[in-house]
Amino acid sequence: MQVDLRILRYDPERDSRPHWERYTVEAEPTDRVLDLLHKVKYEQDGSLTFRRSCAHGICGSDAMLINGRNRLACKVRLDQLGRGRVTVAPLPGLPVVKDLVVDMEGFFAKYRRVMPYLVAEGPAPARERRQSPAERARYDDTTKCILCAACTSSCPSFWAQPEYIGPAAIVNAHRFIFDSRDEAAEERLEILAERDGVWHCRTIFNCVDACPRGIKITQAILEVSGAIVERRT
Amino acid sequence: MQIDHDALIVGAGGAGLWAALELARAGVDAAVLTKLYPTRSHTGAAQGGVCAALGNLEEDHWEWHMFDTVKGGDYLVDQDAAEVLAREAIETVIELEHMGLPFNRTPDGRIDQRRFGGHTRNFGEAPVRRSCYAADRTGHMILQTLYQQCIKLGVRFYDEYHVVDLLFEGGDGGDGGRAAGIVAYRIADGELHTFRAKAVMLATGGFGRMYRVTSNAWSLTGDGVALVYRHGIPVEDMEFYQFHPTGIYKLGILLSEAARGEGGVLLNDAGERFMERYAPTLKDLAPRDLVSRAIYQEIRAGRGIGGRDYVYLDVRHLGREVIEAKLPDITEFARIYLGVEPLREPVPIQPTAHYAMGGIPTDLDARVVRDDQGTVVPGLYAAGECACVSVHGANRLGTNSLVDLLVFGRRAGRRMARDVRGVDLPDLPDDAAEPVRAELAALLDGPPAGAAESAPALRRELADVMMDNVGVFRDEALLTAAVAKIRELRERYRCVRVSDRSKVFNTELLEARELGYLLDCAETTAVAALTRTESRGAHFREDYPERDDARWLVHSLAYRGPGGPIMRTKPVTITRFTPKPRTY
Repeated sequence: MQVDLRILRYDPERDSRPHWERYTVEAEPTDRVLDLLHKVKYEQDGSLTFRRSCAHGICGSDAMLINGRNRLACKVRLDQLGRGRVTVAPLPGLPVVKDLVVDMEGFFAKYRRVMPYLVAEGPAPARERRQSPAERARYDDTTKCILCAACTSSCPSFWAQPEYIGPAAIVNAHRFIFDSRDEAAEERLEILAERDGVWHCRTIFNCVDACPRGIKITQAILEVSGAIVERRT
Repeated sequence: MQIDHDALIVGAGGAGLWAALELARAGVDAAVLTKLYPTRSHTGAAQGGVCAALGNLEEDHWEWHMFDTVKGGDYLVDQDAAEVLAREAIETVIELEHMGLPFNRTPDGRIDQRRFGGHTRNFGEAPVRRSCYAADRTGHMILQTLYQQCIKLGVRFYDEYHVVDLLFEGGDGGDGGRAAGIVAYRIADGELHTFRAKAVMLATGGFGRMYRVTSNAWSLTGDGVALVYRHGIPVEDMEFYQFHPTGIYKLGILLSEAARGEGGVLLNDAGERFMERYAPTLKDLAPRDLVSRAIYQEIRAGRGIGGRDYVYLDVRHLGREVIEAKLPDITEFARIYLGVEPLREPVPIQPTAHYAMGGIPTDLDARVVRDDQGTVVPGLYAAGECACVSVHGANRLGTNSLVDLLVFGRRAGRRMARDVRGVDLPDLPDDAAEPVRAELAALLDGPPAGAAESAPALRRELADVMMDNVGVFRDEALLTAAVAKIRELRERYRCVRVSDRSKVFNTELLEARELGYLLDCAETTAVAALTRTESRGAHFREDYPERDDARWLVHSLAYRGPGGPIMRTKPVTITRFTPKPRTY
């Protein structure tokens, strides 16, 4: 089949602002959007620029705006996108570096702010710490995050308030707050109770739609804000 | 621009990150460079688990793990290294749990364990529960956990810096020189940075992208392996490249061996569980080299599905609960990439290029060695898939890649922390980056456009010849043709020219550079495969179908010579287990 592919392009050394370019690409219905981008880069225009690595939805490199929704380019098949027309743009709300590449530094800085690591300061036992299957299941969903930024950059609250710490950072805080082995839940809840924290969430659910790992992000945010409220009462 | 650190790690997968943790704990000024972001590293794609003889569900001993590793590697494993691997697997897995890794748990709260290919109890009697796992996302959890701890300890990262050269002081790497640093290309703005260090560690991963069908990420282009080779240090056992039996048909995306560890089976067109004929004891859990060959033999005999070039992986009988709790990701892969529902349908699979057993030769402390005597290259270290210590010999067992990068990444960090004390920073000339600056300029300015070659076209031709001629079944004619083709591609590579002239995020330029690395890896693989006139582990020669211990119970070393690789040998270390015929 022939695909009418439109890509929002931007070269900071040449362009004053982004512009749409059109490409016609021969493809199979089971091809993924990443395959289309490679066909353009390797057969039509070598300067087309995007990040990608594992190409099967695990590394989180190729999140972008595909037909108006944040998706991983390696996880969307053409037959899921309707008839023959595909638009691709960089993730919204993040500074564009070149073509489909956005600046991720601010995103990772917010991630680092929530102490995204296990804090367990006592002497470690000789063997593993015990954790029951139920305790392990309590935070399972939020361990799946691959830090692709699809959720945070889909969030209207983040677009309006770029200081908002964003769903991805809250998901990664959740992963430790509800881990029975961790000792720093209080500190994380304090960070997330600040002005740039969880209160910006308006339960719009864009993040849930955007997450390529199927994480119930809004629920995780609500559990974190619930824990903050509980702590205060 | 020149930047100084006491220790420098190239690559932010499991090996590099663990080494960084050790250096940070020791208070050493260390930094990690990666051409990606750390959490994009391919360690994150590992699925099934990490083996350690914890004995949480049944009796197990590190000696059994060591034996399985040696036998799995068809006795080409260095047994002193396999002993370190099997012993230290236990403490590294426990330490990972202490760092927060969310392992699946037994009902009484200990780390759960499951079966995996080639891992047995009591020296080969039957499969054993040895693989510690977190659903089918074990690599993801390892990568995240190590990165999280690096953040906790404030490790310095240079994200999206692409290594383009290694620097030595007092002679090249192969002539007694000492590692002095690296040159890296900052992807954000195209600037070359010279990094000076007392210790340099390569943790750059594998090079599966030299094949057409591969489980490997686009970024796995053998950067560290090729750079070492270019500086006169040999690469070891390059002929041993593993094809994983269960890649998604045509795409090569991995479907973990955990599917068979949980009870999944392989079926041919007649619906027969054919592995019972090839490996009566371990059946579908035989090592990967055997299973991949068996699949191709079924296909050649016309028993592929519908007579075509794939067979089925069947997990339907495991039931929804096991599949969704223990194999969720690979189930989703089948749904997304094949449109197949594994709960109701068998999944089409074919072998996929997966793992390099060979690579940069090292000793037990991950120090790079440059000859058959074990002469150390001062200041240079390597661990993980890019290295060859050698714990995998001729064929790696499932999960041992993770064990390898954890155990030897940790050892590398500890050794570097000791070695940098009391040592001065090396001297580097002001023009240290000039040779590679000229190489990059040639890709940009090269020959006139009319004569120019396209890097993507050459890369496709390379991937085709490697897949068709240097794959699971090999012979002299195929390999001779492959070597000739790779040399033709090398010549044409000199005329490669990129169209993107920009400084900012020029991935076209870097992919052309990566093609050069892949050509080095491919040439050494093909020449080493042509030289080894026997069959052992993953290296199967149809014209020499038997293992030949009298002549070939030796590692190979490929040195860079003016007309191509020069092949030599190096003895195998044998301590506990004398080579025997390998049956399962």
